[in-house]
Amino acid sequence: MEWLASPTFRTVLLGATLLGAVSGVIGCFALLRRQSLLGDALAHAALPGVCVAFIVTGAKHPLSLLVGAGAAGLCGALFVMLVVRGSRIKEDSALGIVLSVFFGLGVVLLTRIQKMPAGNQSGLDQFLFGQAATLLEGDVIVFSVVGVAVLVVIALLYKELKLLCFDRAFGAILGFPMRGLEVLLTVLLVVVVVIGLSTVGVVLMVASLITPAAAARQWTDRLSRMLLLSALFGAISAAVGVVASASVSKLPTGPSIVIVSSALLLVSVLAAPRRGVLWAALRARRTAHRVRAENLLKDVYRWCERRGDFETFVPLTIVMGMRGEPGRRLYRTRDRLVRRGLLLVDGDQLKLTRQGRREAARMVRRHRLWEVYLVRRLELPADHVHRDAEAMEHALTDELVEELGALLGHPEVDPHGQPIPPREPLTEPTK
Amino acid sequence: MVDGSDSQSQSPSVPPAIEVHDLTVAYGTQPALWDVDVDVPAEKLCAIIGPNGAGKSTLIKAMLGLVKPLTGWVQIFGAPFAKRRSWVGYVPQRSSVDWDFPTTALDVVTMGLYGRLGWLRRPRRRHREEALACLDKVGIADLAGRQIRQLSGGQQQRVFLARALAQDARIYLMDEPFAGVDAATERAVMELLGTLRDQGKTVVAVHHDLQTVPRYFEHVTLLNMRLVAAGPVETTFTEKNLQQAYGGRLTALTRAADALLANPPLDRE
Amino acid sequence: MTYEQWVIVAVGACVGAGCALIGAFLVLRKIAMLGDAISHAVLPGIAIAFLLSGSRATLPMVIGAGIFGVLTVVLVGALSRTRRINEDASIGVVFPALFSVGVILISKYAAGVDLDLDCVLFGEIAYSALDTLRVGGASLGPRPLWITGGILLVNLVVVLVFFKELKLTSFDPELAAAIGISPVVMHYVLMSAVSVTVVGSFESVGAILVVAMLIVPPATAYLLTNSLAMMLVLSALCGAASAVGGYAVSAWLDCSVAGAMATVSGLMFVVALVLSPRYGLVAQAWARALLGRRMREQLVLLHLGSASAQHGTAAAELAQRFRWRAAQAERLLGGLERRKQVERVGDGWRLTSYGTEAIERAGKDVLRHADEDGGGAA
Repeated sequence: MEWLASPTFRTVLLGATLLGAVSGVIGCFALLRRQSLLGDALAHAALPGVCVAFIVTGAKHPLSLLVGAGAAGLCGALFVMLVVRGSRIKEDSALGIVLSVFFGLGVVLLTRIQKMPAGNQSGLDQFLFGQAATLLEGDVIVFSVVGVAVLVVIALLYKELKLLCFDRAFGAILGFPMRGLEVLLTVLLVVVVVIGLSTVGVVLMVASLITPAAAARQWTDRLSRMLLLSALFGAISAAVGVVASASVSKLPTGPSIVIVSSALLLVSVLAAPRRGVLWAALRARRTAHRVRAENLLKDVYRWCERRGDFETFVPLTIVMGMRGEPGRRLYRTRDRLVRRGLLLVDGDQLKLTRQGRREAARMVRRHRLWEVYLVRRLELPADHVHRDAEAMEHALTDELVEELGALLGHPEVDPHGQPIPPREPLTEPTK
Repeated sequence: MVDGSDSQSQSPSVPPAIEVHDLTVAYGTQPALWDVDVDVPAEKLCAIIGPNGAGKSTLIKAMLGLVKPLTGWVQIFGAPFAKRRSWVGYVPQRSSVDWDFPTTALDVVTMGLYGRLGWLRRPRRRHREEALACLDKVGIADLAGRQIRQLSGGQQQRVFLARALAQDARIYLMDEPFAGVDAATERAVMELLGTLRDQGKTVVAVHHDLQTVPRYFEHVTLLNMRLVAAGPVETTFTEKNLQQAYGGRLTALTRAADALLANPPLDRE
Repeated sequence: MTYEQWVIVAVGACVGAGCALIGAFLVLRKIAMLGDAISHAVLPGIAIAFLLSGSRATLPMVIGAGIFGVLTVVLVGALSRTRRINEDASIGVVFPALFSVGVILISKYAAGVDLDLDCVLFGEIAYSALDTLRVGGASLGPRPLWITGGILLVNLVVVLVFFKELKLTSFDPELAAAIGISPVVMHYVLMSAVSVTVVGSFESVGAILVVAMLIVPPATAYLLTNSLAMMLVLSALCGAASAVGGYAVSAWLDCSVAGAMATVSGLMFVVALVLSPRYGLVAQAWARALLGRRMREQLVLLHLGSASAQHGTAAAELAQRFRWRAAQAERLLGGLERRKQVERVGDGWRLTSYGTEAIERAGKDVLRHADEDGGGAA
């Protein structure tokens, strides 16, 4: 593990981590402006700039290559703006055109360079795939200065940039030059893309912009926190990726970084509190359980009500027939209700406990009050309201139900002539 | 043109809040507004109505300098919009922003103060308190911390309204403030607009629902690319003008308006 | 031209036309970047096929890549359907992840073997003629030509067979669903075709040229026509023409054939963007200027119509009212005078009877415009 202590490795680690953080921050703005793929186009568009810089200077001076890349990237971005504003071509096509044509031009220049007599062009390939391992101390210093400058600009103009991303027209009305801010943001994006290329390369650049930002979005509803989290995710992915590729043989750096950030994203989408897909599924499952339980109680209640007898056991097959629910699911619902003390079971027969009956009466009351409301207030025909009430009864709260009752003048029967259970549960089983 | 309106106090003859002169606007090669001349009176509730594609939103946007006219100009209290920014509050169409944006209701309202803050300065606690007070005026102070997607349509509209209030303007321009909101919000918004008017503010709203025009507004501008008519509701909101504004396509709409004018509506409350 | 050169041009033309046919629907459906995503995301499929079969045989690679192409579409769809991430971000997240898997597989297990990334990205179209398809010892000509020709044929069949369905689901998915054409099914038909196209063209021309041919020729055609059938024909022609022109350029400059083809397609796009008779930048700017002028002239006519005809209205007065420069007002009046719509009276101007007619005509024009607008014309 001596490589961990080597200054070269620390340089690489530091440089990559910093780049990860900066691209995470700028990526948030790209994501929120729905320009996620602009980074992809810009990264590809940088290639001809690099080649031209190399042809002009005749050397592989990093700074001149960066300037060339940046200029070409900016041309690409402006071309996208021109095409989208000035023609019927939509943004996605404009991006694809810039991406492929600029890159094609770059390849043409690259093959020309390879045929130049004295050119040592071997390093230009690195540009395509990124070679974090070859970062030099000088590079890292340049990147740090540029990266910090980008962060400072964003911090200073945070309020204005937020306005640009959220409500451009409103910003213009307040007197902020939105077009100028848009160009500034694009320039920052180009700068970050250009310095980021050296770690992850052209194809993967878009991921180091968007993936941390998309992951960060899942954890918070505040832009400021999203920016911080995205920077953190970007930095972690880069650091872990660099360490992994250093410790495992033949593991390329760029792809490792992307795999780590993609894993972070996956976890975020699945499990972030509130927004997580898993939690949503869990909530949906709980609701489904509740709805089934409430329906079962209500069905037993209605059966008993019709017979005027709440004391005898009801055969499960009858309840089963009422909704055509699969048997196994019904058994599970029944068992849950038994555990909650709302149902009694005798073989294949059911009976409401006193508490279960109160609970069922509450549901029936909601259902029938809602039916009355629909018929009286919205003037729907009585034979059309049952289905709607089936859905609403599970969504209404007790307060709303009582408000509804008061509004309707406490009716005693529903539109089908069935009694509406009163607010307080019956204490005596007489009827 | 009115000169020296800067120093005018609330004299009996209030000069127009907004003057629109010979305004012609085109999007690309598609004309949207055609030689529109209209004066919007100050301290009134004013509606802009007309069929789809009549240029209602365009007129609002031209007033706000958001679209560049081919010919003509707009003045707000006697000066171009650029000099009157701080006098104008704006409520855009609800569909114009991304409601999934990571921001809270309070944050959006605070944006109304950005103009006053100027460059680089960040909103401080007292700005947030001011924004909260505006949310309170529209009755949703309790939702200040909510992400904006988690608000209902009516609540979202109220957030926009609160943001315009935070601008502390003299003229409020609103693009369909009642589109897709619930009855309670519509009522609350209308009450608020009335209060604003009583405080001497001017409200100009693009409006879709012909039925409520006579009840809600005092001044009406009928557009159909060209100005059809503008003036007090009683004299301008007539069948003839509506016919003209809505062209051959109106039928049901005008009949509704006719019926309405013949027998004023029962209050739904 | 030598036989080798003919083969290269033919392969390029097949790729150009084949990609452009199917790419037209990507452009129309505003999912052009999905083509880019697929062309990168198939890499792990190719790598796995290579590792499993141990050879560069075409069929396993096509299958492997096809699977990952469709997987990309499925993943992007699944991710954006969670509504936690919007669609373009989903694309930007999914394809680099898959591409990374591919790069890692190749560099860990296939490094040094004859599957290198450069070839995937840039292809080897220049060697097309050397790669001969042999069936049972008999030579059937260049393999890349068979493959890309086959793809062109497949795409042609897909487009011809599903023309109506693709058209409807691209322009009005709701109507399509209502009359029983599933937009989802057509989406996957299209995406499968894209995957197959990408994979098949890949080996011969590389990912970048595939992306260029999927997007650039259809976008060029979209600037030239409004009819879908015409757009398909023009796309295919542009694609083929880019290949021919690209080859000429590469022969002239002695550079990458694929790169030159992409560049030429880009040049064709720029020409269309600037010069398209209807949607070009020049035509649009001209139409805008003309409209502005027409409207100003109408303003002058209207104003003169409402002013006193006896004394006329001075140009300076018009200029002041509309805030024009005096010269501009003079120019407008001069134009109107040439059309005999206005005439001088003393120091001022007044309408002629032609002028009055013109106002009436313009009034009808405006109403017609308004009707078209309200009628929901596209």
